[in-house]
Amino acid sequence: MKLSREAVQHVAMLARIELTPEEEDLYAEQLGSILEFFDRLKGVDTTRVEPTSHVLEIVNVLREDERRESYPPAEILRNAPDPSASFFRVPKILD
Amino acid sequence: MEYEAVIGLEIHAQLLTESKIFCGCSTAFGAEPNSQTCPVCTGMPGVLPVFNRKVLEFALRAALALHGEIAPRSVFARKNYFYPDLPKGYQISQFELPLSVGGYLEVDADGSSRRIRLRRIHMEEDAGKLVYEGTMETADASLVDLNRTGVPLIEIVTEPDIRTPAEAGAFLRKLRSILRYLQVCDGNMEQGSFRCDANVSLRPAGTQGLGVKTELKNMNSFRFVEKALQYEIDRQRAVLEDGGTIVQETRLWDASRGVTVGMRGKEEAHDYRYFPDPDLVPVVPDPAWVEEIRRSLPELPDEKEARFVRQYGLAWQEAKVLTSSAELADFFEKTVQRFPKPKAVSNWMLSELLRELRRQDLEIDACPVTPDSLAAMLAMIEDGTISGKIGKQVFEEMMRSGAAPEAIVREKGWVQIQDESEIASVVDKVLGEHPEEVAAFRKGKEKLLAFFVGQVMKATRGKASPKVVNDLLLRRLKSGS
Amino acid sequence: MKLYEETIQGVSEKLLRREVSSVEVTRSVLERIGSLNERLNAFITVTEETALEQAREADRRIARGDVPGPLCGIPLAIKDVLSTRGIRTTCGSRMLADFVPVFDATVIARLRAAGAVFVGKTNMDEFAMGSSTETSFTGPCRNPFDLSRVCGGSSGGSACAVAADLCVAAIGSDTGGSIRQPASHCGVVGLKPTYGRVSRFGLVAYASSLDQVGPITKDVKDCALLLQAIAGYDPQDSTSVDREVPNYAALLDGEVRGIRIGVPREYFVGGLEPDVERCIRKAIGIWEASGAAIVEVSLPHTEYAVPVYYLIAPAEASSNLARYDGVKYGYRAKGPFRNLADMVRRTRSEGFGSEVKRRIMLGTYALSSGYYDAYYRKAQQVRTLIRRDFEGAFQSCDVIVAPAAPTTAFRIGEKIGDPLQMYLSDVFTVSANLAGLPGISVPCGTSAEGLPVGVQVLGRIFDEGTVLRVAYALECRDPQARKRPAIG
Repeated sequence: MKLSREAVQHVAMLARIELTPEEEDLYAEQLGSILEFFDRLKGVDTTRVEPTSHVLEIVNVLREDERRESYPPAEILRNAPDPSASFFRVPKILD
Repeated sequence: MEYEAVIGLEIHAQLLTESKIFCGCSTAFGAEPNSQTCPVCTGMPGVLPVFNRKVLEFALRAALALHGEIAPRSVFARKNYFYPDLPKGYQISQFELPLSVGGYLEVDADGSSRRIRLRRIHMEEDAGKLVYEGTMETADASLVDLNRTGVPLIEIVTEPDIRTPAEAGAFLRKLRSILRYLQVCDGNMEQGSFRCDANVSLRPAGTQGLGVKTELKNMNSFRFVEKALQYEIDRQRAVLEDGGTIVQETRLWDASRGVTVGMRGKEEAHDYRYFPDPDLVPVVPDPAWVEEIRRSLPELPDEKEARFVRQYGLAWQEAKVLTSSAELADFFEKTVQRFPKPKAVSNWMLSELLRELRRQDLEIDACPVTPDSLAAMLAMIEDGTISGKIGKQVFEEMMRSGAAPEAIVREKGWVQIQDESEIASVVDKVLGEHPEEVAAFRKGKEKLLAFFVGQVMKATRGKASPKVVNDLLLRRLKSGS
Repeated sequence: MKLYEETIQGVSEKLLRREVSSVEVTRSVLERIGSLNERLNAFITVTEETALEQAREADRRIARGDVPGPLCGIPLAIKDVLSTRGIRTTCGSRMLADFVPVFDATVIARLRAAGAVFVGKTNMDEFAMGSSTETSFTGPCRNPFDLSRVCGGSSGGSACAVAADLCVAAIGSDTGGSIRQPASHCGVVGLKPTYGRVSRFGLVAYASSLDQVGPITKDVKDCALLLQAIAGYDPQDSTSVDREVPNYAALLDGEVRGIRIGVPREYFVGGLEPDVERCIRKAIGIWEASGAAIVEVSLPHTEYAVPVYYLIAPAEASSNLARYDGVKYGYRAKGPFRNLADMVRRTRSEGFGSEVKRRIMLGTYALSSGYYDAYYRKAQQVRTLIRRDFEGAFQSCDVIVAPAAPTTAFRIGEKIGDPLQMYLSDVFTVSANLAGLPGISVPCGTSAEGLPVGVQVLGRIFDEGTVLRVAYALECRDPQARKRPAIG
């Protein structure tokens, strides 16, 4: 089974990844065969089976509403690719 | 064809906790950029969220006050999308299992009272802020300030029960008032602690289906919400009457031009790929705790309004205005405690006080006049020390200087003249100066009384007691001497 | 014995007896790294200066009798997936090639407080996605037993460093077998704790509901000591469990009498390399001869474990890796850019390698509208069934034995072109992550070519004690099982 080029492009768009046409082909093939393999899950009877989202049955982990000292802006911006005084700087949103 | 509007609202309210929802950074407004952040709220590699108990408490308070049904188990979910003000590339929110479902608000608008149902209330984290470097037209870059990421929000979604812009405005005002009463949100639309988006569609009047809706954003005041809705309703009606179809899209309110602008073409389909956040565990509120919160809810606007009518014998409309904010209601009650004439207090507050506050653009809690001083002034009118008219001047002075009424009256020499003999001499003088009018009065022109009263008041610079003046004039005029 | 050949226990005893200093041990290790790392590529970053500073501090503490525990003065290698303040942390990715964290992971903070010495950050599959440490942006880590072969992954660098004595012990992370499988391929001990036993705060997330940090060591006792140093409740991790940490080392008595060892029939139906099966069966024989009861158990949903894992893990990963957008830290593509979206797309396309991109796309697909129910939700439901399988099996046994991998270490480049084949080789390790169970891999022999084979012991949740005991018993009775590589 192969995924369609459109499907691959759509997923790449959602994930903000740019693919070359060759990569689109490659992923279409690979993702297709992986997903085909996963289709065997369809045969498993999961009626009334709760999905696991936590292996441990903990609930209500809460912390008190106390202020803790924030990090200095210099630390927060230390690894920024394009810091500007006290902001993160990014190219503008629209063309 | 008659169309009716179908409106639903989506409100985001920032909660007044000390710290953020998933980390200990401060939630205070207006700090230097990126000075209230840490690895957790800026989404650095490896960080994890830990849920703030107070957020749950405040959200429960709001949900209970709005008659919501609290979920025995609710779950945080990740809402995945890319935007520079969203550091993790997902927002922690709630999806399948929100904190509360259902609920309602009774709203008065256009002369009737209607119940607007709520669909759900859930908790989530706020995103950061983007500003242009320079102006929107010339900017090459945007600047990201992450102070606001992680500030706790509740999102309140209504059913599409609202039918007019006025109703929407009334709903928002009431909701804001309740949240302020509960002290869970300060309801400041300008600062962004209370935000509203709207969904609006039209359908043939009397039908049940739903037309194509548009989502309205960027309305940062109640007035703008009403205006935007009205504009959009008119716009949609024009399209439909022209035989066209409505495009489902997001439209931004442009306040300077008074129009909504479609974002079609610039927006991609959002697939948020919600799934339960594996870094957080389910929220299972202890029923006993929920009951305690319910029991300790403060008296809400509706209850207070009803009580004011009952307890103080006020008209509904008066009670409604007085309870529109907890602070105003409080001011009223404190004043009545010291001067137990609720009607008089109500009249004075609804006319003079509110007018002055509006004129000076003040909130009641910044009012120079206090319940004590207002009560004292009203007492002075009651016992005749000053006339009602002088009272207004005294009040204006109180609003200006915050001084006590006794001091003002003394300083300005505005004590009302009540002494009969003092007034009598002025009355006699006035009558003496206008014999023709006196004669005319005695011949039947009774309207001239007002003239004489005016003259006496002029002569006493308004300080004579109107009652005494009237009495004496009538006696003199009627007695014929 | 050379200093670098020592175990945690060995070094600790010598330090306390003032026979050696931490600085000497650390230098010994650093020299060996200097002479071997280029060939092995076990380390991405070697922190020579920091290590010596820490070693000097440890020596000072020992001198004044202020020894916090057995980890004091011990040179450790840290998988480059853990946030280390002031020390570059790359996760094996170009995306974080120059990233220097401003905070420590909780595990790191605990190790610092324990007086440990960090000699460097080890090589790994990019963002922990892989089973061979071939997807690292710094190139593959080579197996010290045969340089043409992989170390396994994703904690390949840590396992290699322990095997080749480039550290006394190491820290790795395990999401689908990433500690246990490389430990097996490199002939060392590796343990994945129960989910929630060790804090994940500061562990760069791959799959949040599966990730755990764990020790990789030269023997089981070291494993117990290192586990104890890092385990325990952390209020910064909402999924960490507030439960007492036992003195694991004290539980190691070498006995297995009365312990019931479960052998899942589904794990031995073929597909195992003959040498691997031989070594595993030998281990089982040794346990049986030592008084353990061998019980056949069944894990009926075994065949679904790989698809379930490879739907859940990439789905969570696709979300966890969304933060890498070139805005706040890490790689940013070179401009000029048409707009922000252009910058983000190019950054992610250039910053991530192909396996990471593949998994992000797989995960995004599994969560996307129209597919969520059929893929992600379905996988989480089958996960519940897999958990129930283990609960059922543990009714009749105390631990479960399994291979760590179907083969010994394969050749570099052999499997990387066929992702599905690579995924299928994780069949024996992913279930423990899906069920949250603790699991250890301990050496149990070598193949005819001299390549190490490890055997897995899986336990009930929070029963690391029994897991370690059973592993220790094997180690005691089969000391030949662990071989040193001939390198250097």
